Amino acid sequence: MLAKRIIPCLDIRDGQTVKGIHFEGLRQVGDPVELGAKYASQGADELVYLDISASEEGRRTFTDLVTRIAARIDIPFTVGGGIASVEDAGRLLEAGADKVTVNSAAVRNPALIDAIASKYGSQFIVVAIDARTVDGRWVVTTHGGKRPTERELFSWARESVERGAGEILFTSMDHDGTKNGYPCETFARLSELPVPIIASGGAGNIDHIAEVLTRGCADAALAASIFHYDEIPIPVLKRELNRRGINVRL
Amino acid sequence: MIAVVDYDTGNLRSVADALHRAGAEFTLTSDAAVLRRADRVILPGVGEASSAMEKLRERGLDAVLPTLTCPVLGICIGMQLLCLSSEEGDARCLGIFPARVRRLTPADPRLKIPHVGWDTIAGLQTPLFAEVAETSYVYYVHSFAAELCPATIATTDYGGGFSAALHRDNFYGTQFHPEKSGATGARIIQNFLTLR
Repeated sequence: MLAKRIIPCLDIRDGQTVKGIHFEGLRQVGDPVELGAKYASQGADELVYLDISASEEGRRTFTDLVTRIAARIDIPFTVGGGIASVEDAGRLLEAGADKVTVNSAAVRNPALIDAIASKYGSQFIVVAIDARTVDGRWVVTTHGGKRPTERELFSWARESVERGAGEILFTSMDHDGTKNGYPCETFARLSELPVPIIASGGAGNIDHIAEVLTRGCADAALAASIFHYDEIPIPVLKRELNRRGINVRL
Repeated sequence: MIAVVDYDTGNLRSVADALHRAGAEFTLTSDAAVLRRADRVILPGVGEASSAMEKLRERGLDAVLPTLTCPVLGICIGMQLLCLSSEEGDARCLGIFPARVRRLTPADPRLKIPHVGWDTIAGLQTPLFAEVAETSYVYYVHSFAAELCPATIATTDYGGGFSAALHRDNFYGTQFHPEKSGATGARIIQNFLTLR
């Protein structure tokens, strides 16, 4: 039976892992390749590396890092952050990434999803969506949640799938960094789409992850700080999910 | 020497990286003479079956591959090309494994396509799976799969059973990606490299 996936997310700036609360107050948590290898050996099902470098040099460093990750890590990994063209995606594929995520650039230019999917296949493109509620409506945001857009979450998610997204990674900016749990009803509605849904942003304990994988119907849960700071070691999390009857790879 | 068939179907790096991790020496090639001299041949592949088949034909490899006598391992699309045919692009394939490749159509509508992630393999046969436990998890990403047939040496159920792996004579194939399947995958690659 297909297992629910547990995905640690590593934010990378200038080649180093960082994690901040609400994308601010960043602090360093370790070497990306070593940290990824540690997670893989602990039973992570996949890894996500997001480049949050602001500089051109930071982005070049990231591509070199992707090559080193691919050489070392024997589970799938996804990379994202600042991918704005088919060429950007192709460069990361060449460097060894299994998938890319696009976010702000796809909102600005939705045809980017079609272009990447038709060149490299839907399995290669994950559309990441950040959204927050405004007057009870989910508004898609860009630039780490700072800029609201005209788009609404569910219609944008559907459009992304129709354009070729192979998976949807949704982060609630209302919940990200709060450790109060995920918006499960919203995930359950997203999961009506015919592609896997990755839940991100808000996990503070095992109950939250169990809920989003069951009530929220998510196919995967992505988290950062609970893993980086060893608050919930992956083996403990997976054993407990298994004990609760959730199908995970042990 | 191990030859990895380079026929321009995208990313060979993950297979190359896995062979590096296994400590194996290999060459990337589409040269028929090199393939004929090889001790092992790996046929990787991502993308679309009919265009991948066309790329094999352009290089004359459709005639070479079936004549190889060393152990050959097809991975994902590489395995599908060793089957009879594929519904993807209505491709006629090399016919080594007596199975047709069909679009996954899970009976349960909640099962999503592509089938992506970690799933279990069962009914494991042949030395390819030596020391691999029944219901081990392996990594999949695909929308088409080979039907069950007498050459099936491992199965996965995703709203219906399909061939997770195939074997006939010196030919082996896996629908899953051993190069991305952690310790289980590393074991399977090591088993392939030490097949007699």
